[in-house]
Amino acid sequence: MVTINVNKFKCGYCGACVSVCPAGALELVETWIEVNESCTSCGICAKICPVGAIEVKK
Amino acid sequence: MKNEYDVVVIGAGPAGSITAKTAAEKGLSVLLIEKRQEIGDPVRCAEGVSKVWLRKHIEPDHRWICADVKGSRIFAPDGTMVEMAEEIAGGEVGYVLERKIFDRALAYEASKAGVEVMVKTRATGLIIENGFIKGVNVSHLGQSYDIKAKIVIGADGVESKVGRWAGIDTSIKPADIETCAQYLMSGTGIDQEYCYFYLGNEVAPAGYVWIFPKGNDMANVGIGILGNKSGNGKHAIDYLNDFVNDKYPDAKILEMDVGGVPVSGSIERTIANGLMLVGDAARQSDPITGGGIINAMEAGKIAGEVAYNAISRNDVSTDSLNEYEVKWRETIGREIDNSLIVKNTFTKFSDKELNSLGHSLKGVNFSSMSLLDLLYALFKANKKLLWELRVLFKTVVKYELDFEK
Ligand SMILES: Cc1cc2nc3c(=O)[nH]c(=O)nc-3n(C[C@H](O)[C@H](O)[C@H](O)COP(=O)(O)OP(=O)(O)OC[C@H]3O[C@@H](n4cnc5c(N)ncnc54)[C@H](O)[C@@H]3O)c2cc1C
Ligand code: SF4
Ligand code: SF4
Repeated sequence: MVTINVNKFKCGYCGACVSVCPAGALELVETWIEVNESCTSCGICAKICPVGAIEVKK
Repeated sequence: MKNEYDVVVIGAGPAGSITAKTAAEKGLSVLLIEKRQEIGDPVRCAEGVSKVWLRKHIEPDHRWICADVKGSRIFAPDGTMVEMAEEIAGGEVGYVLERKIFDRALAYEASKAGVEVMVKTRATGLIIENGFIKGVNVSHLGQSYDIKAKIVIGADGVESKVGRWAGIDTSIKPADIETCAQYLMSGTGIDQEYCYFYLGNEVAPAGYVWIFPKGNDMANVGIGILGNKSGNGKHAIDYLNDFVNDKYPDAKILEMDVGGVPVSGSIERTIANGLMLVGDAARQSDPITGGGIINAMEAGKIAGEVAYNAISRNDVSTDSLNEYEVKWRETIGREIDNSLIVKNTFTKFSDKELNSLGHSLKGVNFSSMSLLDLLYALFKANKKLLWELRVLFKTVVKYELDFEK
């Protein structure tokens, strides 16, 4: 289940969200973020994203 | 691409390129992979660097130097300014780089030393046998390959996965990352010989705004705030927009950069059997300045040499690679630890306290750009407020460290 939404038009593909994800659910591929099923909807990535590109779907 | 190398380096930032170059110069076969199609782009950096330290790794080249800086101007929340300027006679202090060109120049140096470089090539996992890392799984233009290596180097920056794959938890807590946004702007009218810093919980909670000259009338105008202060409707970019709209409503935005800087201080372990982490992947950036270019290069140099020593000994176990762990902790590690003390003290201050610190230095003339000199002057005038910093001066004097980078 995909639990977060990354607005690819806002995202600056910096990888900051990847570094804080405790579950290791995120990956910065080249110019986009991929989320896998290990996401726990903790919301940390959404909090620290410099541009507010991430939304958590609860 | 061959299917076996002495060393495979993941990530072609300053850490990866210097590690690869150093290992190749020693005679090892080295592959350097980078997932991006253009090394160095997009930029996630304010591009400030100390001249003396830079020169230890590469001869300065006008093609990637934008500005020559002789001092800093630091502003307390109420506007009180503290100026630190180096005597021009010394001619040292800092440069502001063009990272896109600089990073590629470092990769070029590596390639000249014999390193094989591959872009658009992403590490997707590690080959692990009997508790030893034996190589990397990579994806190149959508095709998967397995590449064997005696030693794998994780130089994959802030978003590093290599450590986690090897069982080292490198995930960063929100209080241990500066979340940053920056515009390259024209028309700010700043003095191109100075770096500017603005402190205050309103402009930049537990962080600061920086303005670094980029030549002509351009400048990097950026902000970093501590991750635990971000969110709740306001992110780094919103603080930056507020600052810029207020201060430079007529300046123009030529580029936008975003990123995260680890400010956790040294992590517990940066090696595994057959693996070393370097640079931001090892969280080696400075917790107070956020500077990571020099530390990444210093660590890369050590890792390249240790890779050679370990392979020569025919022993790539953690016992053997511990040489890296010890060497980086003795050098850049000490400064990282000191800066962590400063970070933990300063991120707690209210604007009132920051203002009073600023006032205590009014009229003090700094003829040196050393952060330590500044801190010492602050400490002398505000012993009570800054009591936690006392250990700093002891350690630094004892180890005769150059605290400024
Ligand atoms: C906004 C901001 C401002 C900063 N300002 C300064 C400053 O003024 N001065 C300073 O010294 N430092 C500054 N820093 C810190 C500095 O940018 C970093 O510390 C430095 O870039 C670290 O170098 P590195 O080689 O470790 O990592 P990076 O430069 O991040 O390089 C890592 C490379 O690895 C690649 N990679 C990642 N994963 C993979 C994979 N799976 N496969 C293949 N390749 C991969 C990435 O694409 C990247 O090219 C700043 C950082 C930010 C975010
Ligand atoms: S932190 Fe935000 S801008 Fe950076 S890669 Fe993640 S979603 Fe994109
Ligand atoms: S919500 Fe939490 S677990 Fe899910 S991707 Fe973001 S940081 Fe990771």
